[in-house]
Amino acid sequence: MMQNEHLLAVLIWLPIAGGFVVLGLGERVALAKWLSLAVSALTLLFSVPLYTAFKTGTADMQFVERTSWIRAIHADYYTGVDGISMPLILLTTFTTVLIVIAGWSNIEKRIAQYFAAFLILEGLMIGVFAALDAALFYVFWEAMLLPMFIIIGVWGGPRRVYATIKFFLYTFLGSLLMLVALIYLYLKSGTYELAVFQDMPLTLTEQTFIFLAFFAAFAVKVPMWPVHTWLPDAHVEAPTGGSVILAAIMLKMGGYGFLRFSLPIAPDASRELDWLIIALSLTAVVYIGFVALAQRDMKKLIAYSSIAHMGFVTLGMFIGFQIVSRTARTTGIELGLDGAVVQMLSHGLVSGAMFLCVGVMYDRVHSREISAYGGVVNTMPRFAAFMMLFALANSGLPGTSGFVGEFLVILASFKANVWYAFLAGTTLILGAAYTLWLVKRVIFGEIANDKVAALKDLNSREFLVLGALAAAVLLIGLWPAPLLDVMRATTQHLVQQLLVSKLAL
Amino acid sequence: MKGFDVADFNAGLIYASPEIFLGTAACAILMLDLLISDAQRHWSGVLAVISLVLTAVLAAAQPVSAKIVALGGLYELDRMAQVLKVVTLLTVAVVFVYSTDYLKRRAIFKGEYYVLGLFATLGALVLISAGSLITLYLGLELMSLCLYAMVAFDRDSGIAAESAIKYFVLGSMASGALLYGMSIVYGVTGNLQLASIATVVHSSFAENVGLVFGIAFILVGVGFKLGAVPFHMWIPDVYEGSPTCVTVFIGTASKLAAFALAMRLLPEAMAAAEPDWSQMLVVLSVLSIAIGNIVAIAQSNIKRMLAYSTISHIGYVLLGILSGTAQGYQAAMFYMISYVIVAGGSFGMVLLLARQGFEADKLVDFRGLNARSPWFAGMMAILMFSLAGVPPFVGFWAKLGVVQAVLGIGYTWLAVVAVLFSVVGAFYYLRIVKLMYFDEPTDHAQIGGSTLMRAVLSVNVLLVFVLGVIPGALIALCQRALQ
Repeated sequence: MMQNEHLLAVLIWLPIAGGFVVLGLGERVALAKWLSLAVSALTLLFSVPLYTAFKTGTADMQFVERTSWIRAIHADYYTGVDGISMPLILLTTFTTVLIVIAGWSNIEKRIAQYFAAFLILEGLMIGVFAALDAALFYVFWEAMLLPMFIIIGVWGGPRRVYATIKFFLYTFLGSLLMLVALIYLYLKSGTYELAVFQDMPLTLTEQTFIFLAFFAAFAVKVPMWPVHTWLPDAHVEAPTGGSVILAAIMLKMGGYGFLRFSLPIAPDASRELDWLIIALSLTAVVYIGFVALAQRDMKKLIAYSSIAHMGFVTLGMFIGFQIVSRTARTTGIELGLDGAVVQMLSHGLVSGAMFLCVGVMYDRVHSREISAYGGVVNTMPRFAAFMMLFALANSGLPGTSGFVGEFLVILASFKANVWYAFLAGTTLILGAAYTLWLVKRVIFGEIANDKVAALKDLNSREFLVLGALAAAVLLIGLWPAPLLDVMRATTQHLVQQLLVSKLAL
Repeated sequence: MKGFDVADFNAGLIYASPEIFLGTAACAILMLDLLISDAQRHWSGVLAVISLVLTAVLAAAQPVSAKIVALGGLYELDRMAQVLKVVTLLTVAVVFVYSTDYLKRRAIFKGEYYVLGLFATLGALVLISAGSLITLYLGLELMSLCLYAMVAFDRDSGIAAESAIKYFVLGSMASGALLYGMSIVYGVTGNLQLASIATVVHSSFAENVGLVFGIAFILVGVGFKLGAVPFHMWIPDVYEGSPTCVTVFIGTASKLAAFALAMRLLPEAMAAAEPDWSQMLVVLSVLSIAIGNIVAIAQSNIKRMLAYSTISHIGYVLLGILSGTAQGYQAAMFYMISYVIVAGGSFGMVLLLARQGFEADKLVDFRGLNARSPWFAGMMAILMFSLAGVPPFVGFWAKLGVVQAVLGIGYTWLAVVAVLFSVVGAFYYLRIVKLMYFDEPTDHAQIGGSTLMRAVLSVNVLLVFVLGVIPGALIALCQRALQ
């Protein structure tokens, strides 16, 4: 059995090294595919001990590895996980395997580069979740853009160049402002260690600027209204695998950033500016929900649905401040945070699955327009069953993972104010409306045209991918306790950090 | 100034051994070149590279702990000089390797290219080690005159001749301004030696109007040699018009020398007048970053695009210098060295793609490179991302250092301006990546270049990557050089 302190290093560097080897294979396509599958499966396997050997009941970082990296600027190679980052790493390893399988036969050009890009991306994303040193975090955070830029640009749709450059520049701009804040914190503390940043006293002015700089980076990534416009473009143009990674993992990085950086480093500014986040989140939930209703492109509809669902995540994170200020009680803050994390994981699975479903249809019909379909259930009954399940999960049906997160967040909002809960609750109606209307138009009804009539049902490879996702969605939905247990100590610790002002230290 | 002292002179010769060796080698190669036939011409190049490497070894082997002043104060050897010399010498050696194929294909394969290059390098070394205004100017002019000739090296090319004239006229004016500034400084302080000027300025003249006047003229000269806005007009034309093998020389080795010029004149000689020149540099820096990045977007010629990109990068280097702290100088030096490595690789890529009658200097010439050669497309992508300042490449740590320097002195607005314009910059670097990866090739010619050149270029680019993942050693080197 492997030494625990090197487990994260293996998870980060195995896929990156594997990616470079695959890149070197060039035209040996079959070998590249099998090697990619082997590397991603091995990474998934190695990530299992993260869960099984994880100690619940402590908010301390686990599986910690620390060595000096750049002595001259006091930056360390410092990694570790807690109850929030560990599930996200598992989500990453799980999703990557599915993407490798899903891309097995529908990529036509530069196949080795395609798989290599996803493997390298996997390692970098795990690095983002595991980094406990701000310099290391930033390196992974930015480096992650490069494979994604290539993935959308090379294997994407007709407007891929526009979409990928927009994606890159939007996120790059936000990240650079965060970098200025991180350097400021470094100059003040003399280290890039995140834990030191979190414990350091800061005046309200400092915190406000730092909060806004972080906000620029994370709000773009989440994405929050009104800086969400890169997402529909990127999603629509990206190849299926790219859309899945974007929806399932990359958006979560914004949420993770709020939890790891904004809230603990600038808690007083977070409290002062909670109205901003809550207002933007509710706008995303309500307004973007209506926007999603109006879409004619399936991928775009799911992209807007992602923005609305991510609005729930940010709402859950910041609603706690309203609970404190309106009721002077602290019960319920944890509910919101738990809900936000569960919602992130659930949305990762559900939206990833939805994009894979669209990919399955696109591979056969080569259209993403809703109007090009109709009556798919008649020719693809097994597929229709999966699609229906994921659609219900997307609209938050009890028993699926989508319900748990939304329910916890609405519960927390209710503790703050009934109107927050009312506005947040509209998602149950709007989400159901746009998702089920999509299913109604695409899956049910009469067979719309010859192409639909000629459709073949899922092959075993597709069945495996969607089946695995369906199992995960149902597992979290029916039995969320193991997940909540893992998170509990970490969210409780975070609540403590939020409630203690850093001004008076 | 004291009189001639034999012991001091002899000791000085030991310290100046790299320069003496390089000068001798350059003369020897010039002579040898007369004797050999065209078929043996490549030996000039081989010998030039060998003498550069040997000079670098000589320079690196000198034990330098504190600042050594020699030759009656004309010559000065400190850690900064040592590091800059070694980097300059190795850079020129790499440039010569890149140039050889290109010169052959362009049928301008003459030994004079190497000899002029060696003398220019000698000028750069003298400048880097200058201890007085006289040697500083001497080194600068030796380097500049050789560069003017090198730009016009392809004598049948009209555009090269035009660039050479432009470079010469503008360069002479800048040298004149610099010399005028130096003469004012001499008049005010009564000294030529940098160390004595620093003492005098420190004791009494920091607020002297005459001195500020002199500093302004010196900044014109320094700004021109570095290529900072508004003294940047020559850069795009000269970069575009010169044979690419000369462009890469101007874009790398001469920038290191110009950096040394700035460091010797401003932080060293004028340390006490820092508030004066720092404010002027803020203007130069912001303008360079803004104009360089914005105008680069409009270019369709990659040499012009890299020229404007140089201008913007010089703006970032100035951020480090203007902070007036040791940390800032270290960051500026790190930036300059890392930029030279990246720029050397970028022009190396242009040289690699060029072939008989085809310059490969249009952006569209990079179209579909990934389909033609995935390896070199990857190399170029690394270079472009590094220029854009994206980790894990060395350009990121360079930006981090200078932004840290300006934040350290409380110029938060300047840091924000700097990072915002690097987003603008990212756009045109990304465009090259877009052309290479997202477009299909229109040109299916085999990628040229000798095995040696391909190997050196690959090592050059991998260095950008390695220094991006573990930059600690180079940062520490710059920190030791400028404590």
